[in-house]
Amino acid sequence: MSVLDSKVPEGPIKDKWTTYKDKINLVNPANKRHIDIIVVGTGLAGGSAAATLAELGYNVKAFAYQDSPRRAHSIAAQGGINAAKNYMGDGDSVYRLFYDTVKGGDYRSREANVYRLAEVSANIIDQCVAQGVPFARDYGGLLDNRSFGGVLVSRTFYAKGQTGQQLLLGCYSAMNRQIARGKIDMYNRHEMLDVVKIDGKARGIIARNLITGELERHSAHAVVIATGGYGNVYFLSTNAMGSNATAAWKIHKKGAFFANPCFTQIHPTCIPRSGDYQSKLTLMSESLRNDGRIWVPAKLEDAKAIQQGKLKPTQIAEEDRDYYLERRYPAFGNLVPRDVASRAAKERCDAGYGVNATGEAVYLDFAAAIERYGKEQAKIHGITNASKEKLTELGEAVIEAKYGNLFQMYEKIVDENPYKTPMMIYPATHYTMGGIWVDYNLMTTVPGLYCIGEANFSDHGANRLGASALMQGLADGYFVLPYTIGDYLSDDIRTGAIPTDSKEFEETEKEVRERIDFFLNNNGTKSVDHFHKRLGKVMWDKVGMSRNAKGLKEAMAEIKQIREEFWKDVKVPGGANEMNPELEKAGRVADFLELGELFAKDALIREESCGGHFREESVEMDGEQEGEAKRNDKDYAFVSAWEYKGEPGDAVLHKEQLEFKDIELKQRSYK
Amino acid sequence: MNLTLKIWRQKGPQDKGKMVDYKVSEISEHMSFLEMMDVLNEQLVNSGEEPVAFDHDCREGICGMCSLHINGEAHGPDRGITTCQLHMRMFKDGDTITIEPWRAKAFPVIKDLVVDRTAFERIQQAGGYISVNTSGNTQDANSIPIPKHAADEAMDAAACIGCGACVASCKNSSAMLFVGAKVSQFALLPQGRVEATDRVKNMVAQMDLEGFGNCTNTGACEVECPKGITLENIARMNRELVKANLIKF
Repeated sequence: MSVLDSKVPEGPIKDKWTTYKDKINLVNPANKRHIDIIVVGTGLAGGSAAATLAELGYNVKAFAYQDSPRRAHSIAAQGGINAAKNYMGDGDSVYRLFYDTVKGGDYRSREANVYRLAEVSANIIDQCVAQGVPFARDYGGLLDNRSFGGVLVSRTFYAKGQTGQQLLLGCYSAMNRQIARGKIDMYNRHEMLDVVKIDGKARGIIARNLITGELERHSAHAVVIATGGYGNVYFLSTNAMGSNATAAWKIHKKGAFFANPCFTQIHPTCIPRSGDYQSKLTLMSESLRNDGRIWVPAKLEDAKAIQQGKLKPTQIAEEDRDYYLERRYPAFGNLVPRDVASRAAKERCDAGYGVNATGEAVYLDFAAAIERYGKEQAKIHGITNASKEKLTELGEAVIEAKYGNLFQMYEKIVDENPYKTPMMIYPATHYTMGGIWVDYNLMTTVPGLYCIGEANFSDHGANRLGASALMQGLADGYFVLPYTIGDYLSDDIRTGAIPTDSKEFEETEKEVRERIDFFLNNNGTKSVDHFHKRLGKVMWDKVGMSRNAKGLKEAMAEIKQIREEFWKDVKVPGGANEMNPELEKAGRVADFLELGELFAKDALIREESCGGHFREESVEMDGEQEGEAKRNDKDYAFVSAWEYKGEPGDAVLHKEQLEFKDIELKQRSYK
Repeated sequence: MNLTLKIWRQKGPQDKGKMVDYKVSEISEHMSFLEMMDVLNEQLVNSGEEPVAFDHDCREGICGMCSLHINGEAHGPDRGITTCQLHMRMFKDGDTITIEPWRAKAFPVIKDLVVDRTAFERIQQAGGYISVNTSGNTQDANSIPIPKHAADEAMDAAACIGCGACVASCKNSSAMLFVGAKVSQFALLPQGRVEATDRVKNMVAQMDLEGFGNCTNTGACEVECPKGITLENIARMNRELVKANLIKF
């Protein structure tokens, strides 16, 4: 019998959430004033949760490591947010969004959670419009939609290429309203360094003031972790420099199980790396795949010539190009899900067809779209016999209106004009589907400790569809957690304020302080980044897009080795009682060095290929799907939830068996 | 390329601070400016010195965390980008680059190149929102059509990333481009009209309270803004303020 109880309500999937809401315990408005909630992280999930909980009347303390909640990395999401509005009348529905998300996640997510997500998605759009989010509109003044990978409808709402920014600013404005009312105490430039448990329940945190270095004790009746994903375990990713797993890893060490760490999304359309000094990778929105066609040269000699700089992409004739996604997946073409597109790019590059000096890049070409839009515009404007130049000009204007900021960003980084020559792209770590295990209430295995947004594991299975991260973050924060947390807090109406002078706070603060002192007195010889880069290389080479048992075992041993060296030899300058960015990094990298090993261990036990997790040993050997990932539902239709036991390698596996009652389990086919 | 960097070092808010010279070598033209700073910091850590503190996070020009006055210009010599998107190909071998924090009374230095921009937070808290609860029971998103040009203009104003380059570039340290952008975004949308009067009054009052200067129509802010926020937004804010002062509610 598993120790994991998902607490999914009984009844038909369509009614679960409604019935659940009808039956939970509520906290009356007068009592909410006596209940404190800590929210760590103020991106879409944490920001929306903090604002909503404060509106309901709870006392919220919110924490962000940046100087403002508006800077959380949700802000960098470009393409859009999904919602089952069916404004386009193209056959969308709650069920279809649910179905697409479960299928896109390769049948490794919990049905009931995903259905609820699809159910509340439409509300998110209503809410954001009411908050003044300037979504794109058509000439009739109604909201516009576009399409994303892995689906056959247009359900993605967007605000130019800055949808995440606009949604986060919406959240931020809702927070500001509550900060002004005194219902949210906002702690900017603070980092949570541990959770405090009293009698088994989460009752507070230890946070470091990043300006003064002071350690602070904060108590509450419940703690919500909304600190995002752990993609920076790879060192290079599309995450922000400060994005880290420390809060999640600390709660894991205090009893919260960590689920499916090996489910990581490698995004197909990022700007390829240019050198060893690279500090991060930049995403080019998936929305570009609506209009861009992905190709590499069909002939190996052409690819070699391009790699040596002897040929330009525009010199390759149409018939000598291999539009490999359109060739392999005619039904979805360039809009296959991210995991499929990434692996296909790697396959071509590994075969020698890459198109930059490193051989690790493919083309994303807009020439066909520019021509198509040019003709369309010429017709709209009644221009007959337009010259080729005129058509290009008209077409480029359309592309600029749709993706102008992305094209500008590309040109600034790569120093090439993507209107005239195809973009070069290559996969990069982008999002982590795995995360802290939570039940239907979004509560972890520690009572009173919740986890929302990317930081939890629940909705995206083994692969997340585009434009679904924003949807999940806001669904959790605006519409799910505010209900579920009330049910738990209804027991706490008589508790009163939690004092911070207890021995539990004392001990936890002491542990945190000892670790800081250790770093500063270690007198090692190598910088934090030195170790982070080494970890990243092992992760990318052996726990990246394609994994095998031998490599994973090596990775576990190597990560352990790097970790040991780190503790012996890391050098952290500066003091404890001041702003000290190197000290901040040291704590985060120490946690990544543990998480990385668990990640590899999880990948090792999952001897199947599913979603973003591709095991070379598990591939279809024949038939139409030959060479595609082979999932194993008989043995692996479970969530792996790891319990911390001292060393990451000693973690104990608990399985949550996944049941599919409303969707038939079948091979994902995008052909 | 080899470069000389003149960098503002200041241990804390009370410290006097000074410019310090550093040398970096073998800088690739493909590096971003902040990657060049990483190289310098790695060098400093390895030689036992304290690295230079600077704000940065997303490194793709959207979070608004990075700042830096480079050779006298906010976000450096290129246009339409933040410091993190500035690339070293904008410089030449042998160059001397001066790197300073944002300079404005309302943005006190915390350490080295890091400044305190919480004045912006308080301005937003004074009215940078629409008072609607997140109950999920609002009306359908399509129930109020919004003309495309109004939605697009609101979006252009909303593109502000709150970095503070406008303040740093202004000889008066005025925050009117920043405040004008937020006021405009909401003023252009029917949802924002309901509270438009109070919003503009409260935000402008808070802006004045924080010690930001006034606008004298020089336009440096518009030139240096990494997101292309235009002066029109200041004009719109002024119109909104005049209207607000003329009517009772």
